[in-house]
Amino acid sequence: MTTATPSAPAAPTNRLGLTKQDYVGSKSTLCAGCGHDSITAQLINAAFEMNIEAYKVGKYSGIGCSSKTPAYFFNQAWGFNSVHGRMPSVATGAALANRELVNIGVSGDGDSMSIGIGQLMHMIRRNVPIIYIIEDNGVYGLTKGQFSATADLGSVLKHGTVNELPPIDPCTLALELGCGFVARSFSGDPKQMNAIMKAAMAHNGTCIIDVISPCVTFNNHDSSTKSYKNAKDHDFPLHELGFVQFNELEQVEIPAGESKVVTFPDGSKVSFRTLRDDYDPTDRFGAMKILHEGAEKGEFLTGLLYVDTSKPNIHATTHIVDTPLVHLNQATLKPGKDVLAKCMDELM
Amino acid sequence: MSTELANAHAAQDAKTLVNDFSIEIGTVNGSGSQTANSVLMRTIFLMGVPVSGKNLFPSNIAGLPTWFQIRANTKGYVARKHRVDLMICMNPETAKEDVLKLSDGAIVIYDEPLKLNTLRDDLIYYPVPFQKLVTASCPEPKLHKLVKNMIYVGVAGQMLGLDMIETKKAITKQLKGKQKAIEINQAAVDAGFAWAAENMPAQSRIKVVADDKTKGNIIIDGNAACALGAMFAGVQVVGWYPITPSSSLVESLIDYADEYRRDEDGKSTVAIVQMEDELASAGMVFGAGWAGARSMTSTSGPGISLMSEFIGLGYFSEIPGVFFNVARTGPSTGLPTRTMQGDIDICAKCSHGDTLHINLYPGNMTECFEFAYESFNLAERFQTPIFVVTDLDLGMQNWMSKPFTYPEGNFDRGKVLGEKELADMKDWGRYKDVDGDGIPYRTLPATPGGKGAYFTRGSGHNAMAQYSEKPEDYVALVDRLRAKYETAKSYVPKPILDDTGSKRGILAFGSSDPAVMEARDVLVDSFQKKTDYLRLRALPFTAEVDAFIKNSDVVYVVEQNRDGQMKALLREFYPQASMKFKSVLHYNGMALDAQTIVDQINAFEK
Repeated sequence: MTTATPSAPAAPTNRLGLTKQDYVGSKSTLCAGCGHDSITAQLINAAFEMNIEAYKVGKYSGIGCSSKTPAYFFNQAWGFNSVHGRMPSVATGAALANRELVNIGVSGDGDSMSIGIGQLMHMIRRNVPIIYIIEDNGVYGLTKGQFSATADLGSVLKHGTVNELPPIDPCTLALELGCGFVARSFSGDPKQMNAIMKAAMAHNGTCIIDVISPCVTFNNHDSSTKSYKNAKDHDFPLHELGFVQFNELEQVEIPAGESKVVTFPDGSKVSFRTLRDDYDPTDRFGAMKILHEGAEKGEFLTGLLYVDTSKPNIHATTHIVDTPLVHLNQATLKPGKDVLAKCMDELM
Repeated sequence: MSTELANAHAAQDAKTLVNDFSIEIGTVNGSGSQTANSVLMRTIFLMGVPVSGKNLFPSNIAGLPTWFQIRANTKGYVARKHRVDLMICMNPETAKEDVLKLSDGAIVIYDEPLKLNTLRDDLIYYPVPFQKLVTASCPEPKLHKLVKNMIYVGVAGQMLGLDMIETKKAITKQLKGKQKAIEINQAAVDAGFAWAAENMPAQSRIKVVADDKTKGNIIIDGNAACALGAMFAGVQVVGWYPITPSSSLVESLIDYADEYRRDEDGKSTVAIVQMEDELASAGMVFGAGWAGARSMTSTSGPGISLMSEFIGLGYFSEIPGVFFNVARTGPSTGLPTRTMQGDIDICAKCSHGDTLHINLYPGNMTECFEFAYESFNLAERFQTPIFVVTDLDLGMQNWMSKPFTYPEGNFDRGKVLGEKELADMKDWGRYKDVDGDGIPYRTLPATPGGKGAYFTRGSGHNAMAQYSEKPEDYVALVDRLRAKYETAKSYVPKPILDDTGSKRGILAFGSSDPAVMEARDVLVDSFQKKTDYLRLRALPFTAEVDAFIKNSDVVYVVEQNRDGQMKALLREFYPQASMKFKSVLHYNGMALDAQTIVDQINAFEK
């Protein structure tokens, strides 16, 4: 009996029979070492692990470095690079047109906290189902290094300008607006990003994920609070996150004891092993308190800050049919002759 | 006014104007006058006399002056009339001014305490004790202010010879079966009528005599007509932001959709979202259009300005969407409750860079309905934003119309590749001009089969939808977009031409039509001037426009703006005919009237 030469191991596939390669996009054109590329990598990993059908994903962005990244993941998905700060309204239109779309928006701190803050706020208010990632570096990279509205008070630009304005925190803002999924992470923490993204993929409403993603070119010097060094030094995870997809529940034991478990509408569960005392991710006021306290101490609190899976989304509040609107045919969409006759009669 | 016209008017003054007069009613807004005015107008309509009603209202909720103008005309002229034959003065604030502006011989009905009869002695005055009458007819003092206006319906009805049975029908319709309200209002009308019959001297200046010219017609406003067109076009996603005078377009759509666009479970087949601003409304339109839905928004000039950036994206990345612009008097806040054809230029070329858009110009209620319907076909056929340009006069005023005809046939969903078509294709390219008509093929998100995904962007792109800054890719793209605009010439509504062979051309569009029609008759009757008339109904300009300009010695371009925006467009597209175009302009916020056109054409030909 002869031993067969082992062939190269086949790339692992997920439940859909897809390999990770099926989730990649075009080659990134961002600066080497850009934090944004690690976020892209985790989106790819999370989608692969969550068995997301890439062709059902709608990728959206505004303008800026971050907004280029939808080209770098999910080649099989349709993408829409829209106008500066207005991606939320585009995503809202698409989400209403086809409620089966899995919506992923990638934005930056300039796109979301300055020019687009209004649209972002109203998207949150309407609870449009979307994973909205803010790749947050506190600086306008594409126009070569101006401050954004998340730049910390006192941080210094490459050429010496000091920021004298207070920052806007996307997470406290999202909490204030009643967002049902608010998270912060750091592009240097792939494990945490992965768990947060997977949980977001199970959520059926707006997910705001603020990812501190240092700009290696314009904002990575030590005085910047959004540099790699500063983020690493001041990143305080609130908890260890475990995400368990619904159809894996049978094989995996949910950690019990000191951890808290939140269930998503599809049955998936996320477990929180608390690192900080008395932190409860379903307590909105508690989340606000700890965020403000963290900000005072100069800490980036990371993790899934708040989750509420019960809030009705825009599909519920517009009372639209269960079938995606784009799948309705003419017979359904065009009322008959009798209707026009009735309308005319009322006007006589 | 010319001597000839003045003489003609003087001659008319001597005789009774049967079914040919105008009424103006000065009231305070928020006082319930809208109901009274509608009842008065509808009574004349129900008596078979063609009629139109224009509400001149302030940008205010309650307490400021408002006027309502009713024009009745047996020949069907329904444009605003220069001369007011009957003035009803209910507003102490404006009564004096209202009386002073009248032409001699006009009739004035007024609230007795105003004592207007001392102002001039060349008018016919009818003081009416409104307060006394309303106190006697309405037991609830709370309602006196609202019901007071119904008294003048009765008084004017008696004076004009209106059929009170039709008035009763009009009240019932207006108040939609609210029994108590119907009774109270009817009592006020009856009180006015009875008082006038007993106390008011008869007049023979203006009379209504029953006719049969409105049988089977409807009364509607252009916004409701557009809403109906959109509903029958199967609109699926609507993003909007309130703005006068367009708000009632989407509000009408909400009402109609509420009734006629629900599935068996009561769920809606159209998503209508009031957005945070016009920018977001435009973004929603393109997001939905990109995903494959029929989408629209409705706005007015300031909204179009805000949407401009997105409209450039929609044009450049080729996404369907319908934009209704119910224009008002600009720029800036301007006169927000007055009319203007002031957005011709911005809608023709909306956004930065080189942009040319398909525009539709409905000129009456039927066209508001039909063009609204057709705009969705054009948007999907051409994968581009389409403007349906109306104005406050068309959109918010009351117009008589033949009932609309059901739009037969199938929706044109344009060039969309599905899973099956994609499977058989080797090298699909989103922006390839396969058919040579400038229109590429598109795919919709979430089409299964693993083919057809592409990246939409407002930045430069090549035929394969890849990012490109190459000069040749950019030129190929914008030249193809221009070719697409050329293709649209054979799809847009053709102009309506009335050629008398006079070589004296009039070119007008939209709400100018009724005034132009009347002016042409006046020009023939009083000045022996024949004209040819081309009513433009769309951009791009089609072959019929080419021929009209070529065949005319002069083209009077009638439009309601200061700068002659349409004339400028014509000069750009027909530079060789540049000197033929003469502007007939009207831009004071009021609807265009025939006299203005007659006077300006005569001035050119002095």
